[in-house]
Amino acid sequence: MTDTKFNKFLLFINGLVPLGLLSWDGYFGQLGANPVEFFLRTTGILTLSFLVLTLLISPMRKILGLNGLIRFRRMLGLYAFFYGLVHLVTYSIFDKSLDITAIAGDVWQRPFIAFGMIALTLMIPLAVTSTNGMIKRLGGKRWQKLHQLIYPIVILGVVHFYLIQKSDFTYPIIFGLIVFLLLGFRFFERLQKAGNKRSVT
Amino acid sequence: MNDSKRIKESEITDENTYLNRRNFIRAGLLAGTTVASGLGYRLLNPPPPRPVETADIKGVTKSGNASLTDEPNSLEEIANYNNYYEFSTSKTGVAGAAENFKTRPWTVSVDGLVRKPRVFGIEDILKIDQEERIYRFRCVEGWSMVIPWVGFPIKRIFDIVEPLGNAKYVAFQTFYGGSNPRGEGVDLPEGANGMQSSLFAGIPFPYVEGLRLDEALHPLAILATGIYGKVLPNQNGAPIRLVVPWKYGFKSIKSVVRITLTSEQPPTTWSKAAPNEYGFYSNVNPEVDHPRWSQATERRIGELSRRDTLMFNGYGEEVAGLYKGMDLKREY
Repeated sequence: MTDTKFNKFLLFINGLVPLGLLSWDGYFGQLGANPVEFFLRTTGILTLSFLVLTLLISPMRKILGLNGLIRFRRMLGLYAFFYGLVHLVTYSIFDKSLDITAIAGDVWQRPFIAFGMIALTLMIPLAVTSTNGMIKRLGGKRWQKLHQLIYPIVILGVVHFYLIQKSDFTYPIIFGLIVFLLLGFRFFERLQKAGNKRSVT
Repeated sequence: MNDSKRIKESEITDENTYLNRRNFIRAGLLAGTTVASGLGYRLLNPPPPRPVETADIKGVTKSGNASLTDEPNSLEEIANYNNYYEFSTSKTGVAGAAENFKTRPWTVSVDGLVRKPRVFGIEDILKIDQEERIYRFRCVEGWSMVIPWVGFPIKRIFDIVEPLGNAKYVAFQTFYGGSNPRGEGVDLPEGANGMQSSLFAGIPFPYVEGLRLDEALHPLAILATGIYGKVLPNQNGAPIRLVVPWKYGFKSIKSVVRITLTSEQPPTTWSKAAPNEYGFYSNVNPEVDHPRWSQATERRIGELSRRDTLMFNGYGEEVAGLYKGMDLKREY
């Protein structure tokens, strides 16, 4: 096994650790008085965390010169999608008893559900086009354009988290600040690039 | 190549040792990072439930009134899943944060439009006959419990202070002993701590609630001093709290220090914080949805799937008469 392969394996195993511990705790009744609520909240936070990690790769490469990190971005993104799916499935089964009309009603009536649903739906094309084959088929430029969907996705995710809070917004605000910095970095980078181009011509 | 620069045969690590060493490092990395991830994840976990150690209340009469056939939740569940924002906004974190809350000495001032205003010591209140009341408890967040309270109808207190004819409402206030940037504090019992600023809770303190006088006089509305025959744990609103079983849980104000009879409808904390989400009445009503939570169903703590929510939390037969002629969709 090459080192890259092994490191990917490491990341794969570590990404499963939260799910493993969640399931273990769930099996032994250690998720508190309201296990469904805890499971939902935790998988939601994990989804946002993996989205943030995915967005962290580019700045780390550019600021710290850690170019090799690009190899791990796909798996981070796929983990975000995976935990998002677990989140949705948990909600659909335990909160809505798989009643499609009830879920549709929820999306219609409750903005925070709508935001979450849109975010997760937008992640589907990104997950589907994550393979090497798909990158080739789409062409690098178009693929990159498509995958910039992660910006609205993460914003929708944070709004979704913010809207569910009753009055204590500490955690959504922390996520919001991190996302603000990560997206701000990209914005300034673009401004600079545009500036450089102008000065050349 | 110069002989001295050539690596000697003896210096080359043989392949097996190299592979073994690499595997060893890899195994170490795998174990190390997995444990680190696990510990990192554990930071998100709720603290383990705390055992409840409070004294028994003597001479509690079992009441047939409004008792339930529903199985009550365990004391461990009731005492480890609480909304008490003065201590923490995490339901599993309240029990630990409230651990050192001192509830003695404690007084409850009953004043306003009454003939005989009085400051009760908690000892006097505990002399009132205590009875068990097993009630459903429905939180506005969509979860519910069944709780065997110990307490007495509020009416008992009113019989002592004698409300005046122009008293129409009852205002309740919670003890607050945290740092309060809005300066609306009350005297703190000695050693009370663990309370946070309203800035972190996101709602103004001290917490206030209110009922119409006829609601407060209803025999189902009680002041509770215990659970399961034991003194109320701090996190459940010790030493005395309101319980109004047909309304959402936030109406059942905890750790009461003041009860004031008024002629005007008093302000209530959650409707001050978000008037479009919480009204003054806040009767359990499956037909009036909250913007975040469907109120049609609820998750009983201890059950995985949801059950239907009952109008007035199942107490319609007893209390519907209080709201005759009112449009409960408008006056939620």
